[in-house]
Amino acid sequence: MAFIEVEGLQKNYGPHEVLKGVDLQVDRHQVVTLIGASGSGKSTLLRCLNALETIDGGTIRVNDDVVSGPGVNLNRLRRKVGMVFQSFNLFPHMTVEENIAVGPVKLLGEPRDAALQRARELLKRVNLDHRASYYPDQLSGGQQQRVAIVRAIAMRPEALLLDEITSALDPELVAEVLNIVRDLARDGMTMILATHEMQFAREVSDLVVFLERGRLLEAGPPEQIFGNPKEERTREFLRQIIEAGRL
Amino acid sequence: MTTLSPAPRSMEPAVAALATAVLLLFFIGTLGGTVRSGITSAELNTFSLWVIVLALAAGALALLSALSAFLLALRARKETAGGNVLAARASAAQSRQNTFVTWGFSVAVVLAFAFTQLLLMNDGNIQRTFLQWDLMRASAFDVARAFLVNIKLAVISQVIVLAFGLVLAVARMAPGRAGAPLRFMAVAYIDLMRAVPAVIVLYLIGFGLPLTNLPVISRLSPDWFAILALSLTYSAYVAEIYRSGIASIHPSQWSAARSLGFSYVQTLRYFILPQAIRIVIPPLLSTFIALQKDTSLVNVIGTLDAFNQAKFYASSSFNLSSVTVVAILFVVITIPQTRYVDWMLARAAKRTRG
Repeated sequence: MAFIEVEGLQKNYGPHEVLKGVDLQVDRHQVVTLIGASGSGKSTLLRCLNALETIDGGTIRVNDDVVSGPGVNLNRLRRKVGMVFQSFNLFPHMTVEENIAVGPVKLLGEPRDAALQRARELLKRVNLDHRASYYPDQLSGGQQQRVAIVRAIAMRPEALLLDEITSALDPELVAEVLNIVRDLARDGMTMILATHEMQFAREVSDLVVFLERGRLLEAGPPEQIFGNPKEERTREFLRQIIEAGRL
Repeated sequence: MTTLSPAPRSMEPAVAALATAVLLLFFIGTLGGTVRSGITSAELNTFSLWVIVLALAAGALALLSALSAFLLALRARKETAGGNVLAARASAAQSRQNTFVTWGFSVAVVLAFAFTQLLLMNDGNIQRTFLQWDLMRASAFDVARAFLVNIKLAVISQVIVLAFGLVLAVARMAPGRAGAPLRFMAVAYIDLMRAVPAVIVLYLIGFGLPLTNLPVISRLSPDWFAILALSLTYSAYVAEIYRSGIASIHPSQWSAARSLGFSYVQTLRYFILPQAIRIVIPPLLSTFIALQKDTSLVNVIGTLDAFNQAKFYASSSFNLSSVTVVAILFVVITIPQTRYVDWMLARAAKRTRG
């Protein structure tokens, strides 16, 4: 049984069908990358997985438990499945270490001093411990995103959803963020990431999924998708990426 | 060969400025003299003399400014004739600047001077009615002491309004179908209290509640009726301010908090409200200044506030100077607050720009 199972996922925004029946299986410790054009449904799919969006059809299972439909404790689900956003979304009225510690303190019942201590240790691992008592607006984009990742990890999630986390960063800041994702993958974190960083996807993924207009068009190991794609639309998409110099 | 665009017109405006300055002096002299001829009291005499002297001095400044505008315009003309267009442009620009300064300054002097003459007209009738120093001095102590009532009413109401306004705002946003009745009641209350004038609410509560013979509520003091009426009215405005503050927080903050596992209420409490409150402090403060001013309405239900106290003095002396004292007291307490609000807004604007 896969850790995360998605069956026939449908999501509409009013009359517009964004996801038209997506099936996906993610095993523990697997890194799955979603690629596709803007509007193909990558972000929507991620947001459905931690119930930030309600779904209009299909089932989502996490660890054998059905988490779609009524009567689910969504807050508990979200503590198990963390998310990192394209625009970092740090809390501007709290310092960096408070941003990281607030979840563990208020939701996991950790004592405040211990949580702050752990926050600083996690920050040290990403070389940001000297910024612990700074406010988000005093940090660069890359630093804020690294804090956002640490904030998500501090909740000790079982899986991490990463929604185009480098798309809003200046190119020179992308590497420092991708390094953390690489480390997380190496340490065995189950991750589903939507990204435009094709080289990185090729390097770090176990499974690459190509989404096209709300449908899962092709899925397979990176060598297959990037090296020998079966579908014409996949080939077309990769051709455009290569032309833009991004692969 | 380059063609430089010529200097802007400066001579005509400068001449107009000169005319304005001369007219100003003439105006001061004539009006001052006419009003002065009607004055009988000695101290008003000295006062009017001083005012005229000061006004003439200001007029002289205006004349100087106009003269400099004129001389600069002459220079610009000479420089143009000599072919030095760039220099002419500079002179003309400076001349026009001085012309505008003259006009602006003259308008200010005219208004200020006319106001003083209004006070002194008819042997100082207006001054005697509204600004009679000895009456103001006599009533000042009692009026200021009664002003403490206004302050007390304002402070207590503000505290209640901060709390109840928040309750209304949160009720207004109650989610889902279960929240619909709550939302409906909150909207109805807010619409009602923003529609009915505060003075009518005061009247209805102050005179109406004692007639109902309800336990406790009908036997409150006028002070507490006043606090009740003001709080009920202003909570509606404050609720809308809170709501706009909360709505201004970007939905990504909700996403971030919810994705960590915080519930709706927790998100509101730890992340949304702390940010929203920082944003709404300037409009809140402005609303409180309005509330402070509206404490003077309580005189209609018999609360002994500064206005009521002043009215006693006014009716017994057939003079309104004591009421001017009340006005001055309000000005003294609200202007620092308005400047503080301006400063906060400027600081917030600077921060978001950087």
